[in-house]
Amino acid sequence: MEMIRVRDVRKEFGELGVLKGISFSLHEGEVLSIIGPSGSGKSTLLRCLTQLEQIDGGSIEVCDDVMVTTDDQGNVRYSDNKTLQVIRLKLGLVFQSFNLFPHMSVLRNIVEAQTHVLKRSKEEAIEVARKLLGKMGLSEKENAYPCQLSGGQQQRVSIARALALNPTVLCFDEPTSALDPELTQEILKVIKELAREKMTMIVVTHEMNFARDISDRVIFMDDGLIVEEGPPQELFVNPKNQRTKKFLQRYEQ
Amino acid sequence: MSNLLVLMLHGTYTSLKIFFLTLIFSLPLGLLVARGRMSRNRLISTTVNVYIMIMRGTPLILQLIFVYFAPYYLFGASYDRFTAVIIGFVINYAAYFAEIYRGGIQSIEVGQYEAAHVLGFSKLHTFTHIVFPQVIKRILPSLGNEVITLIKDTALAQTIGVAELFRVAQNAAARQFSTMPIFIAGVFYFVMNAIVSRSFDHIEKKLDYYH
Repeated sequence: MEMIRVRDVRKEFGELGVLKGISFSLHEGEVLSIIGPSGSGKSTLLRCLTQLEQIDGGSIEVCDDVMVTTDDQGNVRYSDNKTLQVIRLKLGLVFQSFNLFPHMSVLRNIVEAQTHVLKRSKEEAIEVARKLLGKMGLSEKENAYPCQLSGGQQQRVSIARALALNPTVLCFDEPTSALDPELTQEILKVIKELAREKMTMIVVTHEMNFARDISDRVIFMDDGLIVEEGPPQELFVNPKNQRTKKFLQRYEQ
Repeated sequence: MSNLLVLMLHGTYTSLKIFFLTLIFSLPLGLLVARGRMSRNRLISTTVNVYIMIMRGTPLILQLIFVYFAPYYLFGASYDRFTAVIIGFVINYAAYFAEIYRGGIQSIEVGQYEAAHVLGFSKLHTFTHIVFPQVIKRILPSLGNEVITLIKDTALAQTIGVAELFRVAQNAAARQFSTMPIFIAGVFYFVMNAIVSRSFDHIEKKLDYYH
């Protein structure tokens, strides 16, 4: 089943085209990695999916809901707010810089959206949060504040916070770029574990080895376009496009 | 002497009334003004900006006189003196508070809004539960400064004839041919501000559990 359908998505910042016609789809249980040089538009693509940016053309569908379409005249039409909210909650996002709420305890960071957005009871929300913290190996930290945690721990809390809303697809925007190598491994392990549980995920990353290990499919983006996509064995071992080859060579050294 | 103290306590009561009423109205009004100043609507932001420029660019003493006497020229009547003082103080302090709020709100990382957005929080909930609590912590020192200034500014109410602490002390000084009452008033102000700054220290400490 297709979880996300993206067709010919375009995005401009002023005169600058950042996404120049992106199309792909994501299937249930699939782990999709998006790689590419800085400024290639991978993060912007993720931000368009999670409605942090508005697109300037194309269409996006999530499960059976239409987020946005573009008519023949080129008018971009977003769905009504109710539909957009439904879609928003289907997609979880983990940020590069965690973005935990610093004034709330770890537990409350995970509980807040459950009670206020999903209207779960406080007891239920706390139960969900504790379960997820256990899974992330952070059971002892529920009363800590984000500033008392290491970067890796903060990122695990933010993964728990996203998972607490039971997203259909979990998106990661360079989840390890703000972490040192040791903590990076900590996060990659968590994502690997989620992949093993068949969580549908999109991971924008600079960790090539990781992308090769966990992905079912890899997309290589450059200059606002998908240059090449395929299973990791093919794309990493036998890249067809010249640009992909050049990009990967830089990582092999 | 005890008679003097009773008079001065009475004046202090008036000063405190001005102080608290000003805070009660100007703190929320300042937030509204800050919103207007940050509005994307040019007409609103420009209007609010002009208002802030006037409030910060002219003496409070002059504004009090204007607030009290302008209605006489326009309508031939004005509100009572105390009301005029409160209006004058509120619109003046709201402008200062607005700029403090604005600084605080704009210092909150965009990532906080983005996290709230993807988690599905409404704009209102994002502001009241995520942005504003963090703003309070950041603006507390500047807010404290302003509140301390307000205690001392209440002495300006006498300009339009409201008998607050300083006026009472001055009257007593004139009657007794002694500056003593004025120095006693100084001690009163000092004590009030000691309480204010202790309170702010206390709140700051309470919010010290994160950074």
